[in-house]
Amino acid sequence: MRNSFVKKLAVGAFASVALLTLGNRAANAETELTVYTAVEAEDLKKYAAKFNEDHPDIKIKWVRDSTGIVTAKLLAEKNNPQADVVWGLAATSLLLLKSEGMLEAYAPAGVDKLDSKFVDTSTPPTWVGMDAWVAAVCYNTVEAKKHNLTPPKSWKDLTDAKYKGHVIMPNPNSSGTGFLDVSSWLQMFGEEGGWKYMDGLHQNIARYTHSGSKPCKLAAAGEIPIGVSFAFRGAKSKAAGAPLEIIVPEEGVGWDMEATAIVAGTSKVDAAKKLVDWSITKKANEMYNGGYAVVAMPGVAKPVEHFPENLLEKMIKNDFEFAANNRKRILGEWQKRYDSKSEPKS
Amino acid sequence: MFGTFTALQDIALDINEGEFVCFLGPSGCGKTTLLRAIAGLDIQTTGTVIQAGQDISALPPSERDFGIVFQSYALFPNLTVNRNVAYGLENARLAKNKITSRVTELLSLVGLPDQGPKYPAQLSGGQQQRVALARALATSPGLLLLDEPLSALDAQVRVHLRHEIKLLQDRLGVTTVMVTHDQEEALSMADRIVVMNHGVIEQVGTPTEIYTEPATLFVADFIGEMNHLSGDVTAAGKVKVGTLPLTCATADLAKGQAVIATIRPEDIVVKPSKGAKKAANTAVLTVEELEFLGSFWRVELSAPSLGDNSLSANISINNARSLALEPGSKVSAEFPAERIRVFPAVG
Amino acid sequence: MSDAAQALKAGPAPTVKPKISRDDWTMRLFMGIIAIYLAVTLVMPLYAMLSKSFSTYKVDLSGYGLQVDTGSGWGDETTLDAINAKHGAFKASDLAGSSDTRLSPLALFPDFSFRSPTKYRLKNLRPDVVFLFGSERVADAEWHEYTSNDFRRISLRPVKDIGASNYLRYFSTPSLFYSIYNSLFIAAISTLITVTIAFGFAYALSRSCMRFKGFFRLVAMVPILVPSLLPGIALVYLFGNQGVLKDLLFGHSIYGPIGIVIGSVFFTLPHAFIIIQTALSISDARLYEAAVSLRASKWKTFWTVTIPGARYGLISAAFVVFNLVITDFGLPKVIGGQFNVLAVDIYKQVIGQQNFEMGAVVSVVLLVPALLAFAIDRIVQRRQVALLTARSVAYEPTPSTRFDRLCLLYCAFVAVFILGLLGMCQYAALIKFWPYDLSFSLTNYNFDVMDGGGWASYGNSIKLALWTAGIGTCIIFSGAYIVEKMNGFTWGRGIFQLVAMMPMAIPGMVLGLAYIFFFNEPSNPFNFIYGTLGILVVCTVTHFYTVGHLTALTALKQMDPEFEAVSSSLKQPVWRLFSRITVPVCLPAILNISIYIFVNAMTTVSAVVFLYSPDTTLASVAVLNMDDAGDIAPAAAMGMMIFYTNALARIVHLLLSRGIVTRTQAWRAR
Repeated sequence: MRNSFVKKLAVGAFASVALLTLGNRAANAETELTVYTAVEAEDLKKYAAKFNEDHPDIKIKWVRDSTGIVTAKLLAEKNNPQADVVWGLAATSLLLLKSEGMLEAYAPAGVDKLDSKFVDTSTPPTWVGMDAWVAAVCYNTVEAKKHNLTPPKSWKDLTDAKYKGHVIMPNPNSSGTGFLDVSSWLQMFGEEGGWKYMDGLHQNIARYTHSGSKPCKLAAAGEIPIGVSFAFRGAKSKAAGAPLEIIVPEEGVGWDMEATAIVAGTSKVDAAKKLVDWSITKKANEMYNGGYAVVAMPGVAKPVEHFPENLLEKMIKNDFEFAANNRKRILGEWQKRYDSKSEPKS
Repeated sequence: MFGTFTALQDIALDINEGEFVCFLGPSGCGKTTLLRAIAGLDIQTTGTVIQAGQDISALPPSERDFGIVFQSYALFPNLTVNRNVAYGLENARLAKNKITSRVTELLSLVGLPDQGPKYPAQLSGGQQQRVALARALATSPGLLLLDEPLSALDAQVRVHLRHEIKLLQDRLGVTTVMVTHDQEEALSMADRIVVMNHGVIEQVGTPTEIYTEPATLFVADFIGEMNHLSGDVTAAGKVKVGTLPLTCATADLAKGQAVIATIRPEDIVVKPSKGAKKAANTAVLTVEELEFLGSFWRVELSAPSLGDNSLSANISINNARSLALEPGSKVSAEFPAERIRVFPAVG
Repeated sequence: MSDAAQALKAGPAPTVKPKISRDDWTMRLFMGIIAIYLAVTLVMPLYAMLSKSFSTYKVDLSGYGLQVDTGSGWGDETTLDAINAKHGAFKASDLAGSSDTRLSPLALFPDFSFRSPTKYRLKNLRPDVVFLFGSERVADAEWHEYTSNDFRRISLRPVKDIGASNYLRYFSTPSLFYSIYNSLFIAAISTLITVTIAFGFAYALSRSCMRFKGFFRLVAMVPILVPSLLPGIALVYLFGNQGVLKDLLFGHSIYGPIGIVIGSVFFTLPHAFIIIQTALSISDARLYEAAVSLRASKWKTFWTVTIPGARYGLISAAFVVFNLVITDFGLPKVIGGQFNVLAVDIYKQVIGQQNFEMGAVVSVVLLVPALLAFAIDRIVQRRQVALLTARSVAYEPTPSTRFDRLCLLYCAFVAVFILGLLGMCQYAALIKFWPYDLSFSLTNYNFDVMDGGGWASYGNSIKLALWTAGIGTCIIFSGAYIVEKMNGFTWGRGIFQLVAMMPMAIPGMVLGLAYIFFFNEPSNPFNFIYGTLGILVVCTVTHFYTVGHLTALTALKQMDPEFEAVSSSLKQPVWRLFSRITVPVCLPAILNISIYIFVNAMTTVSAVVFLYSPDTTLASVAVLNMDDAGDIAPAAAMGMMIFYTNALARIVHLLLSRGIVTRTQAWRAR
């Protein structure tokens, strides 16, 4: 009699295990697109929802991580791509993928309405831009006061000895923001001057973080007075109530654009094209404008709350091809010089 | 005829149907290996095992026909006695009530009619072994194998259970092979005993044969007690021990061969030395030591005529009284020729 | 008959070829399945990783054909290699690189000017050779013509190669190999501190008559229930720049070795405590009586009786802690600051720089100390077992007010450390906006708007833990049964046993990386599990295989070895014996295995961090990712969710065990 209990128990245990599925959702009539992205996590739901207003039959499965990781992931999966579409990844990264032959060339409907800066130069283009994402410095006024600091005006100011240990910036190896900072300094100050500048800045850096938004979040939390990050993140944290000031250094700021592309070899080309078509519509551009002051479609952008006003004119003329083709070399050099101060996972 | 078996080192053995055979020998002699080979638990490298005319040499245990009981009982601790006994019946497509009645029958057969609902851990060792026996018999196997079944029990229970197993085996008529290192157990239970040593069979015979006509010196020594007298063959039927000539069967031993003549202590006929006639196979011996062992006296004897050999003889209480033995006294001892067995000396 | 006749003629008798029974087939089939399982989930991935570490890339200049037109028509066709041979612009080390190397050929042309009218023609001479024009990939075998201005935009891409150059590069890059020293340093210091603290704690619990022993035992086990990075997060709140106890560090930064060591002590304490407690509980009371009768001082008794008696436990604990610390990834990631260690370097190489080959090299480097520590621990534990079987009398402490108070104070201190870190996490998780708005709020639990996968990742973690516990227990227990009970196949079982012991020595990071190499290969027939919860289950089962295997073996060894013989004599198939007898009798051990796997599957980060997919984000990885993105309070909140889940699982396990023992194991009571 007792044994029948054991048997029942065993059967019960297996049944309850069997009820859990291995995560394979039953195939629905709707198409599911796997979309790799580096867009801020808190915006993903909104993006998908807006898209689904027009295309309820296409379901988006987000894979979100920081720029470096998403890029690494895509490259690692080169021979066996898991993504259908990349929506919201740095153009520099997309250029890398393009040179690996990983992107499907496609001219989305209405691509002619975009600012040509925001469209890949090949015909048909392999990627189309969404918005520009611009470097900025988050400055915690409360903590700065505790350390008797004055706000820096320029990048050069940040090398001042008084900021020693009070600056955090992202590691360019993992963070797209970090890389656009480094590549913009190299472009603004020249190859030699750029490295010299970074040598100086390195003396003041408390540590390098893995993600590009973390320096600003740390500044917002008072963990550090100055975080080199990007304007959008700063505006968000400021809106959340952090005592932040967003500084645009006067030499100019690096920027990259978030862009969209179809991954070559996807079995869902039609749905992917619909998504890319939608990603450059006016509606989409207005959506991007929710956080980004500069978007791909001219005339759409309205000022964003808490965003620094002079941001647009301070954006440097960015050479994406230089950035992409020299990425490996720049990162190697950077690592050789500064890596011992990088935050562990970077 | 039940089976022919060839294994270990040149082992050939027939076991008859309904027979109770004991494998007896010191530990490490190969008796358990032989049993496991019969069961198919450890399959021999060469040779054949034939059961009921069928060659089962290469068959796994599950395809052979036997029940087995181990020294450790190997009862399933999480099953009740009933379920343990029923274990082998359950997937034999038997109706439930048939299983129940068979289990009841078996349990009363082994004398545990009321213990069915208990767990093994709630029973004594002897009771557990009976359950194991009932379980082994449940499927009515053609052969019952018992691997030292009584060794883990204490002396009294052992003697009692020994008797019961024998009775049960007689009643059921099941061919049984038991492995034991206890000669008393073998002598009292077996129809035939297979004495083994160093992986070979020394002798196969009934308990009396084994005891009275040991085929080898090892058997002579291993079972009961035995006096050793070193000597030489002087002629066919003649052996000289020390200066004492003995008449006894020498089989085909050559003249001049060094031998050991053996005789059991109880077979030595001890008489008063005074008035004893000089007879064949008789010597006058000196009592060295006396030991009272309850039902008899053990007497250590020696004599110059025996050379270095000394002897033990068992003397009944009555005889001892009439002999009035004490250390140093002389007695006349006769070695009946038919009780003497001669083996070639080893080494 | 014919056999016998042959035997007579040939001399030696023919060998009996045992017929293989259905049970034997069942067992062989099972052994085959589990052997394949271990081969596919452990041996082959590790092999793939090892070969990856020797896979290199270099730019092959001989693969490019070139023609130059300096205004007087196209010159002779040559190769870039020939030009390099002339000028020596590139050394071999300049040409070596990784999969994403790009090399500009301009250095080959010392008098190059982008304004000159010179034209260039470039051609791939072999099918595997590729160059880039801008970002345009050129892979055909045609001539491509470029003006000087365009020729600037050419980058050469590397081809695959094999060799030890990855290792050479590793050991010639200080920022890389310095991590070896860092890792060893951190592991050694943490080991010393943890073993000391754990010894004191175990000593107090086993040698004093203080109160609340049960409570302290419970508290000591708490860190097992949380991911190793949670103490790191607590330390940020306690000792970070806005930390409540910042001043205790006297200006030192918590980000770095200090933080790693404190956190390591926290999460390794239970492991050391269990081992040392066992070692202390087996020491022989008669030795203490002897010491008292010899009038040895307490101090002397301690050093001559207690320490030698527990020495194997201490050594074993030390190596276990060492291994845990050196292979841990989560903690140095969160609190390590600029202090690089090996486990994190693997991640850094793979994720940050997409340099999978170098990741494999660091993995191999990390394997060495881990394997060494593991081997020593195994040898020591074997001796400890020998001690356990010796007959000894259990030691009963005698009350002593002063000593007991001292012990209580000490244990309370350790308990405050453990509970304090956890409490800090929970507190921080409930704060609205640290440190500027200290009001309570649940906003940090709104995981869905943050990195890491949101609440779905918490659900995934529970799913993973249940699956892993279910499947893992089945595989591990069956595997142990086969090793212990199968007939014959001695060598096969020996190898099986060896492989089953291996996972303990393999760091999670290494296993995870090996899985990428092995399973993400499109030609691999098991490729389909990549990106599913399946690969996480498989990886986690393998990662925690060994402890479960040992637990199962111990339970199985206690079973009568003759059950199989009895059962087959009764014509019962082996699976029936297994399900009716073996499993029910071993049920307590089986439950222990499943709770062990469950808890670890909830907390593990290292192996799965390379393998999760958007559908299968995990709570433990979410803690990491939220911390990464700067959302530290939500990370703490998620970490505490893992703690509560594990605590609940343990309680359920306890109740279940008790229930099963009383209902099905009545036979245990006499």
